[in-house]
Amino acid sequence: MTGWNAWAICAWGVAWREMLRFFQQKERFFAALVRPLVWLIIFAAGIRAVLGIPPQPPYQTYMTYDDYVVPGLCAMIQLFNGMQSSLSMVYDRETGAMRTLLVSPFPRWYVLTCKLFASVTVSLVQVYTFLLIAYFWGIEPPAWGYLTALPALILSGLLLGAIGLLLSSAIKQLENFAGVMNFVIFPMFFASTALFPLWRIREGSLEVYYIAAFNPFTHCVELIRFALYLDVSWLSLGVVVGGIAVFLGAAVVAYNPSRGLMARRGRG
Amino acid sequence: MPGVLDGAAPPALSVAGVAHHYGRTVALDDVTLAVRPGTFTVLLGVNGAGKTTLFSLITRLFATQQGAISICGASLSETPSQALRSLGVVFQSRALDANLTVAQNMIYQGALYGIGRRTSLARGLALLDQIGLADRIDHKVGRLSGGQQRRVEIARALLHEPRLILCDEATVGLDVKSRTDIVATLHRLAAETGIGVLWTTHLIDEIEPDDPVYLLHKGRVCAHGSAAEIAQAHGAGGSLSDAFLALTRADQAGATGAA
Repeated sequence: MTGWNAWAICAWGVAWREMLRFFQQKERFFAALVRPLVWLIIFAAGIRAVLGIPPQPPYQTYMTYDDYVVPGLCAMIQLFNGMQSSLSMVYDRETGAMRTLLVSPFPRWYVLTCKLFASVTVSLVQVYTFLLIAYFWGIEPPAWGYLTALPALILSGLLLGAIGLLLSSAIKQLENFAGVMNFVIFPMFFASTALFPLWRIREGSLEVYYIAAFNPFTHCVELIRFALYLDVSWLSLGVVVGGIAVFLGAAVVAYNPSRGLMARRGRG
Repeated sequence: MPGVLDGAAPPALSVAGVAHHYGRTVALDDVTLAVRPGTFTVLLGVNGAGKTTLFSLITRLFATQQGAISICGASLSETPSQALRSLGVVFQSRALDANLTVAQNMIYQGALYGIGRRTSLARGLALLDQIGLADRIDHKVGRLSGGQQRRVEIARALLHEPRLILCDEATVGLDVKSRTDIVATLHRLAAETGIGVLWTTHLIDEIEPDDPVYLLHKGRVCAHGSAAEIAQAHGAGGSLSDAFLALTRADQAGATGAA
């Protein structure tokens, strides 16, 4: 284990295993695609008739609801993937596979970051497959948008994965995870700009507006939305990058054997 | 303490004065032990004796609260990376990915130690050959028997060529033949390669008379020496079973010292 090459091999190995597991779980890939497609094809079809999006950054012209909802669905894929990844970490911890990762001689922060990047890589495959299907459904962002969205998707994936990582460190048993999913995924998704713009939410409820404005998932959605349309939301970029630092830092502390939740977990 | 600092080469494992608490509950109290290179050393104790806690400390899953642990001379708290590099681990619970092949598990394990794909496969195949499972390298782990999976786990733990291997009740749930094979494999490995083995168990029939044994009870080492010496000193009938029962029943938590 010497030199940068060994570090790169470690990162590659963790990502490779994550991809292998993902492609072996075909139902997971299928579910990851069906979920946003149901929203796009059924839900958006119903809403399209009553809600259009007037010109507002990053859109130059009037947009249909289908166009509006796609970035939110990309972020939804990453949200579910981040939680799925943390679910697999809880499972790995129960079966002992997680311990294999944690006794690696590489620093724990590095191993956990590798795990996080591996999860993001999986989410990118899902998102771009979804975007391809959406293209044939008539959602056609600028061609360069597919490229400029990549860094935004990486950052949003890292933030949502880091939240999942932190959650996985706090969950003692696999059975507890379903409850956490309900208390994390659904509130984060619905109280955000994934489905409706902030101005529309404000018209309905000022309280929900404030929740959505401070919801980190909102900023993941907006970062992707702006990037997909060749623009940058600096506010969202700042929130997402700051969020990665906070949640990843907290997860690393939580997995630290002397300071974090692992140390308080009790008899191993 | 005999056995800790004897000889010129550093012990494969040195545990000195280690204590660990869960809140107010004392899990380990002043535990000192050593594993010399080339020995199959046994950590014997009933369930709840503190074996798994000690195991978690040696693997750095928990941080050391009191005392010092070093692996091949490298301090676990000061140079954890160097210490963990010399350590191979077989956990009590299954740690292989059942959905991947044996080869894929080997590649993944190698990557966690910075070892490339080709080297991992070559070393993995050689290790599997030694334990008679080379023909299973492309099989999914989930299709192997419990005993075969355990042997694959041992091969995997040796992939990065550690100088110390820890096995935490590695034969739990296996039939007698599988258990015997695995214990014999590790004895042979220790003798032939000079690797240190720390074998935690509560099954006395896995212990050979010459094996160094540390008997852990209620978080303290209540006897140590060779299995034969402990049996002689504490077993009324001259067997290790009798000695084990006598020491654990008598609740001699404070009676430390060589057999």
